[in-house]
Amino acid sequence: MDIKDIIKPENLVYKKSELLIDTIMHYCPGCSHGVVHKILSEVIDEMGIQEKTIGIAPVGCAVFAYNYIDIDWQEAAHGRAPAVATGVVRLNPDNIVFAYQGDGDLASIGTAEIIHACNRGENIVVIFINNGIYGMTGGQMAPTTLVGQVTSTTPAGRNVDLNGYPMKITELIAQLPGTSYVTRQSVQTAAAVRKCKRSIKKAFQNVIDKKGTSFVEVVSTCNAGWKMTPVGANKWMEENMFPFYPLGDMKDSDKKEVSNN
Amino acid sequence: MAKVRGAVVVDKEGCKGCGVCVEVCPQDVLSLNREVNSRGYHYSYMKNPEACIGCSNCGVVCPDTCLTIYRVKVLESEI
Repeated sequence: MDIKDIIKPENLVYKKSELLIDTIMHYCPGCSHGVVHKILSEVIDEMGIQEKTIGIAPVGCAVFAYNYIDIDWQEAAHGRAPAVATGVVRLNPDNIVFAYQGDGDLASIGTAEIIHACNRGENIVVIFINNGIYGMTGGQMAPTTLVGQVTSTTPAGRNVDLNGYPMKITELIAQLPGTSYVTRQSVQTAAAVRKCKRSIKKAFQNVIDKKGTSFVEVVSTCNAGWKMTPVGANKWMEENMFPFYPLGDMKDSDKKEVSNN
Repeated sequence: MAKVRGAVVVDKEGCKGCGVCVEVCPQDVLSLNREVNSRGYHYSYMKNPEACIGCSNCGVVCPDTCLTIYRVKVLESEI
């Protein structure tokens, strides 16, 4: 059978989502942002909520997310995406609002905003891309950098005495009563991508059902910042990031009724 | 007994040659081309097209969504 006989519209099994704008992304080869953008566009497309979805873009590499996914976007100041999302969802409670943040954005400068937005149980989805460094600015150490990990500001590896410990922000968020669904996923293999897509879909469904904050961390690679090949970075992530940032659901429940007694 | 045949169409200009699709392919179909596209990347291509089963793993992991996958069932009598 010839290849031309296989490439026919009726045999199509996988194609680019129509929500992804037909342009070449500025991300480095092999960047996890591209995969998460694709998952988001597929989920929004499949749920038919394109007209109702508002994304809050962070500061970081994903600042240009509004160039790639065909929904409404609002850009936020560094770390303030959950605060902007709070304002948007309170004024437009029928819209589906998600904040898309990296680890330098969410776990460092935006710690106060994310903790309090999740504690208030704002009806938003938070997508948290954790690659362990500040990718856009040149691979500096972030709060999530592993102990001993080499970055451009810790050339001899992160030293606990000098730089402190890496922060498991998702575990912190899972303790807050305002959150309904807290999970940690990854996107380095096809199985992981499909699992991550199910998690993101569930997070969006929770927002439609007004269950409170849903928080999806995606353990990601930044091969340019880590100074590795894309495939090598995926392997490094599996060997070094996953033992410290174990994958799986941390919380899956309704927003708790907390009494004063 | 039906056999499954697949095909991958690569958007040559969109591909950045990261090689993630080559790594996840269970049938060792894809490879990076010796030639480069207009932006200087060694784009992905089907080195071994007969082995493709159209599982879409490469398309699912592609960060730049430049792979389109087709799959068809072939009856033994048609091979």
